[in-house]
Amino acid sequence: MREIKVSEITEALSKLCIEANITLSEDMKKAVKDAADAETSEVGRGVMSTLLENLQIAETEDIPICQDTGMAVVFLEIGQDVHLKGGDLTEAVNDGVRKGYTEGYLRKSVVSDPLLRVNTGDNTPAIIHTSIVPGEKLKITIAPKGFGSENMSKIYMLKPADGQEGVKNAIVDAVIAAGPNACPPVVVGVGIGGDFELSALMAKKALTRKTGEPSNLPHIAAMEKEVLDRINESGIGPGGLGGAVTALAVHINTYATHIAGLPVAVNMCCHVNRHASVII
Amino acid sequence: MSEYKITLPMDETMAKKLKAGDVISLSGTIYVARDAAHKRFDEALDRGEEVPFPVKGAAIYYMGPSPAKPGQVIGSAGPTTASRMDRYAPRLLDLGLQIMIGKGRRSPEVIDAMKRNGAVYLAAVGGAGALYSKCIKSSEIVDYKDLGAEALRKLTVEDMKLIVAIDSEGNSVYEIS
Repeated sequence: MREIKVSEITEALSKLCIEANITLSEDMKKAVKDAADAETSEVGRGVMSTLLENLQIAETEDIPICQDTGMAVVFLEIGQDVHLKGGDLTEAVNDGVRKGYTEGYLRKSVVSDPLLRVNTGDNTPAIIHTSIVPGEKLKITIAPKGFGSENMSKIYMLKPADGQEGVKNAIVDAVIAAGPNACPPVVVGVGIGGDFELSALMAKKALTRKTGEPSNLPHIAAMEKEVLDRINESGIGPGGLGGAVTALAVHINTYATHIAGLPVAVNMCCHVNRHASVII
Repeated sequence: MSEYKITLPMDETMAKKLKAGDVISLSGTIYVARDAAHKRFDEALDRGEEVPFPVKGAAIYYMGPSPAKPGQVIGSAGPTTASRMDRYAPRLLDLGLQIMIGKGRRSPEVIDAMKRNGAVYLAAVGGAGALYSKCIKSSEIVDYKDLGAEALRKLTVEDMKLIVAIDSEGNSVYEIS
């Protein structure tokens, strides 16, 4: 049994919030750079060079990459031999988000009630997904999620008869419908299987995968590649202004499902696909 | 495709001359409003009041900045999705709103109102907020301070790089591309 004080989570998270919003991870930077090199249309190349310049300015001048510094989505993988002490875990996470978003001059984009819509003023509460895993470590991942792309996400409850073709069509349709609104080039997170809510959670989690790293399931890796190619054939392009690069990557996660069902969730993320992790 | 340097206010002839796909370098005064501020505009107009900025001939940037650090004019300041303002835009266009700046497609109702009033919709590059902050030379809150990032602001911009996404005849760069 290992003891971890929840205050350590608060401290780590506040730093992660700032880091994730100012500096894109190396895998994402590379994906944007590669896309800039691969783009063929003139207007698309212009947009990509703007995005590269933006990343540079954000990092050197300590300005958030995008003004939508997101709602804080926090994944906690807690080792089953860890004992958390010193306070309430949820409060510790929210304290970390509050501290990070305040001290980092990040935008406060959260309203306390979806209908009454009063800004909470500190970007809390976070969205917290906790899983218990073997071991005595604690992994914290933050994925600040902007809503320009979140709003374009979709869930499909397909039928088993729709099969692999149906799944591929659904993903491509979602990206084409999102068009310029999701700030292409996008990263597409997909969850196939499970049930209604698990498919969506898998899609969100797929966005935190190292960009462009294929699934370790051969048939899924092949689907990721085929869907990515089809999306890029759409011609939506950077900024939706036309071009060869509409998506940087398609990441698909899967889980067992019911004999009657084929859930497919498509979580759209812009080119500012932010994720940062730390292991305590 | 043409390139123009434009200093606001822009005359009607220039507005009509702009074509979808043209590249613009914009300077002058623009207002900033997004979802919550637009809802308040609408409510004010419903009550028979005026909106708290001179809407005729104005430019609205759909944006909600991140906070300025000490010494900064503004934080990150890129465009937000314009279609969320579609519900409110035709009414403002009929009051003389001339320029909208954002990202993404617009509804047929907004495009009709643009044609009716000779207005243009300009696209900024989504997700380039750090870069856009550099062309903003001043920023002040005009009203709705309680809305935080969604307050109504007035900015002075210099050489803000934009693309004509939809022109006053309703041609769209999102359709021809």
